[in-house]
Amino acid sequence: MDQILSVQGAASRVAGEVDSVFIYILAIGMFFFVLTQGALIYFAFRYRRRKGEKDKDTPDIRSNLALEALFVVIPSVLVISIFYYGFTVFMQMRAPIPGATGIGVVAKKWLWEFTYPDGRKTVNELRIPVGKPVELNMTSEDVIHSLYIPDYRDKQDILPGRYTQMWLLPDRTGDFQIFCAEYCGEGHSQMLARLIVMEQHEFDEWYAGKAGEELAAMPPAAHGEKLVKDSGCLSCHSLDGTVKVGPSLKGLYGRTVTLSDGSTARADDDYIRESIVDPGAKVVKGFPNVMPTFKGSLSDKDITDVIVYMKTLK
Amino acid sequence: MQEAETTASPAWRGYLEEGGIRSWASTLDHKRIGVLYLFTTLFFFLAGGVFGLLIRLELLTPGPAFFSDQTYNEFFTMHGSMMIFLFIIPGIPSGLGNFFIPLLIGARDVAFPRINLMSYWLFILGIVVILFSLAHPMDTGWTFYTPYSAETSASVTMLSFGIFLVGMSSILTGLNFIVTIHQLRAPGMTWLRMPLFIWAMYATSIIQVVATPVIGMTFILLAMERIFGIGFFDPAKGGDPLLFQHFFWFYSHPVVYVMILPAMGAITEIIPVFSRKPIFGYKAIAYSSIAIALAGFLVWGHHMFVAGMSTLASIIFSVLTFSVAVPTGIKVFNWIATLYKGQITLETPMLYSLAFIFLFIIGGLTGPFLGALATDVSLTDTYFVVAHFHYTMMGGTVMGLFAGLHYWFPKMTGRMLDERVAKVAWAVIVVSFNVTFFTMFITGVEGMPRRYAEYPAQYQTGNVISSIGSAFLAIGVGIMFWNFIRCMYKGAPAPANPWRGLTLEWQAPSPPPTDNFEEIPVVTDWPYSYAGKGAADAG
Amino acid sequence: MPGDAHIQDGPARTLGYETSKLGIWVFLLTEALLFGGLFMTYTVYRIKYPELFYDGHLELNRVFGTLNTVVLICSSLSVAAGIAAIKRGNVKLLKHCLGVTVLLGGVFMTVKYFEWTEDFARGLNPGTDIFFSLYFMMVGVHGLHVLAGMGVLSAILFLAGRGKFTAGYYTPVEVAGVYWHFVDLVWIYLYPMFYLIG
Repeated sequence: MDQILSVQGAASRVAGEVDSVFIYILAIGMFFFVLTQGALIYFAFRYRRRKGEKDKDTPDIRSNLALEALFVVIPSVLVISIFYYGFTVFMQMRAPIPGATGIGVVAKKWLWEFTYPDGRKTVNELRIPVGKPVELNMTSEDVIHSLYIPDYRDKQDILPGRYTQMWLLPDRTGDFQIFCAEYCGEGHSQMLARLIVMEQHEFDEWYAGKAGEELAAMPPAAHGEKLVKDSGCLSCHSLDGTVKVGPSLKGLYGRTVTLSDGSTARADDDYIRESIVDPGAKVVKGFPNVMPTFKGSLSDKDITDVIVYMKTLK
Repeated sequence: MQEAETTASPAWRGYLEEGGIRSWASTLDHKRIGVLYLFTTLFFFLAGGVFGLLIRLELLTPGPAFFSDQTYNEFFTMHGSMMIFLFIIPGIPSGLGNFFIPLLIGARDVAFPRINLMSYWLFILGIVVILFSLAHPMDTGWTFYTPYSAETSASVTMLSFGIFLVGMSSILTGLNFIVTIHQLRAPGMTWLRMPLFIWAMYATSIIQVVATPVIGMTFILLAMERIFGIGFFDPAKGGDPLLFQHFFWFYSHPVVYVMILPAMGAITEIIPVFSRKPIFGYKAIAYSSIAIALAGFLVWGHHMFVAGMSTLASIIFSVLTFSVAVPTGIKVFNWIATLYKGQITLETPMLYSLAFIFLFIIGGLTGPFLGALATDVSLTDTYFVVAHFHYTMMGGTVMGLFAGLHYWFPKMTGRMLDERVAKVAWAVIVVSFNVTFFTMFITGVEGMPRRYAEYPAQYQTGNVISSIGSAFLAIGVGIMFWNFIRCMYKGAPAPANPWRGLTLEWQAPSPPPTDNFEEIPVVTDWPYSYAGKGAADAG
Repeated sequence: MPGDAHIQDGPARTLGYETSKLGIWVFLLTEALLFGGLFMTYTVYRIKYPELFYDGHLELNRVFGTLNTVVLICSSLSVAAGIAAIKRGNVKLLKHCLGVTVLLGGVFMTVKYFEWTEDFARGLNPGTDIFFSLYFMMVGVHGLHVLAGMGVLSAILFLAGRGKFTAGYYTPVEVAGVYWHFVDLVWIYLYPMFYLIG
């Protein structure tokens, strides 16, 4: 991920402006820092009682109206200017961009589901073309989440029962981090996604499925592994036997599991497929019924490849 | 082991003389109640600190280090809740405030001593209830946002009742102080002759009585939501999760002024004494305390700029937020101006006071980044905020508390602290504090979100530095506490006025007798007439 | 000595009286904010769901509600009469008035008991919907305050029986009376807010 400290890190409309506001506030802050800390340290040393010094007659300075007025007026003017600058850039950030492509975002514990205008869904990965405005229309299926793109200097909480919006106007290509920035439970720090901004022609290829062809050309197990890693499965399922929110995938295929109602089932192809599209149908005993469905975000072929991969996890 | 005569431990004197659990448990003496509160709140400072250390331990590595993510979430919830509700809110007011408000205004006790005792036992009862809730440790963060807090299986309901009781304790303390300050000032002590610690406590008490009922009610609503399945905050039932946030922050923003005003009051007392010079701008400091208390009620929405609040509301809250900066800035200028041409000595109370100013300035100057709308959007919910509030709350309030403890230790115990040990502790604390928390500004600007048990590898350097700092911070605090405990029993006997202060508590013996003064003093002057004093007549 | 804050080194009773009055008013300020938060919640949801509130209020028993309002107003009158009595030194009348006040408080709670039993039987409870959640919560919190007030007034009555109060000293009676008036005042808002929306 790009370092934000450098202004070049800013990667979308207004991100550079936000940095300018930051630097403006920093400059004023540094000025007062030097002034006050300097005076503090200087006075503490300059007016120190020397060893063995007798009590002095210190001056009876109780107040100084001019100085106090200065202490009030100058900071007031400066903070009003800070407010104003922050306000104007904020209005730009919040202003809808005409002609923006609408992309639906559903945040749920603990993954991101993006829905494109044609209905297709991706999980934990948002691909958009450079230079084209996008409106993210966001809602949560459970608790409050927050979509945060550090490189874009932008963040918006996502609430259940409501839609909130964020507008993106990417001005360069790249691979950017998306964080969840509102604490949402155990998987909060795993709820990461990628924003991939592509050249228009690359985006068109991907959109038309050409990239999909590349993926389809991957051996099934490798493709399945990539899907497991990219779709948020690892927020809740480990590959090494550790029990997390859900059972570990290691050695799962073919095992007989005990379900919450006491009955048993064999974790075969059908079982795993059902667990992915209708996870609430059978829940392993001792685990909560919180797994989201991947119906619509993973195709049948995707699920087949995932199963192939899982068979390799002995 | 033989003790030399000069450091022998004389029997407990004055208000400390009567021993036994019953005499302490049923005491109506404000000094004893203050001591009880101090012990209790400092205990939770250490307990909350342990959770803080566990957080820093876990964050040494980007992935899981020693604990599961769930356990980490419980750690930061415990750290925040304990520190805020059980230490920093009651700390200075109920501890030092209880002990010193009557002494500073020349009274024998507070207005309602029985209510004072009741407030302590309510506090304890609330703590017991909160401890019961640890059966299912909280993992919501100290902010308890709904819907998560309404649905999680942790004992949120029980914790809500516990915090309600702790809140009642806070309300009764504030009520007591307001009436005490109005009614029990010694003859001749007009409002403008009150010590500035009293002005600070008065402003604090106003906030306590006005804001705390709202959080009490909020937690009751949350408990009702969980018990009866009500939908105030649940969109599925027609409710609004944002309403919870409004109620929560309506209290929780003003409460940060409950935290900082008493600390500012304490150092406002200390600086003139150790500069041998009058406080600069008495009226400005007094009135700005009230201004901060009142303005603090108007800004709660600045915690919610990205929460889904309307743009107009965000704009209004941003403007109002900057209004609090100005009275705060005035105080800083006035403290520094007091040093000018003074005759400064750097005993530990003064060292902590200067550290307060230094660290609070940093905390305060990082506030505008969060008050300004454009920058807050990216910085909120990142480590930048964590750094900001630790600089103001720990670099501010806690340093102020330490300053007050060192300043008033001789009065409370009748013994002096070991200055050299105290200074070593101070140095370790101040340096390691900066190492621990300054890096968080940087990781925050670089995008590291809060409340992350695991984080991307690029943030590791900052986290490791911070964790190393926290280990040394713990050592420094440990040295300081060891000094307190040791000197409580073995410190040199303290005179009535070791610092040559002019406020009334120094006219009572160290430690004071149960009813404070032989005769209620008559006040003829403000307590900062240090100028032109020369050697002879201070104290 | 400590514990007698009204015995400072100064004019004793005056300080105690003023101090206690200031104390109870500050306390009522906190109570106003406690209820204020609930009133805020009511306002927010009333604006959001006007039909829900209208329909809900039709389900409430207006007879019981009105009766309770009259009962509480009378109880405020009786406590005020009691204070007037002790100001004239009439301890006997004070005791009667306090007794009537506590009794009326009891009538209020009894009527509430019957009203709520009926509501529960009809399937109306705190979990029903937002209107009823607010109704049961706010009236319930108010009811707790009525009970607390009854307790305080009973204690005052007991002390009056022990001869504690005279024309020169009746501070606790007045403090308790102020508290009771506040409890009455809150009901005077709750009654139209829930029973009389139209």
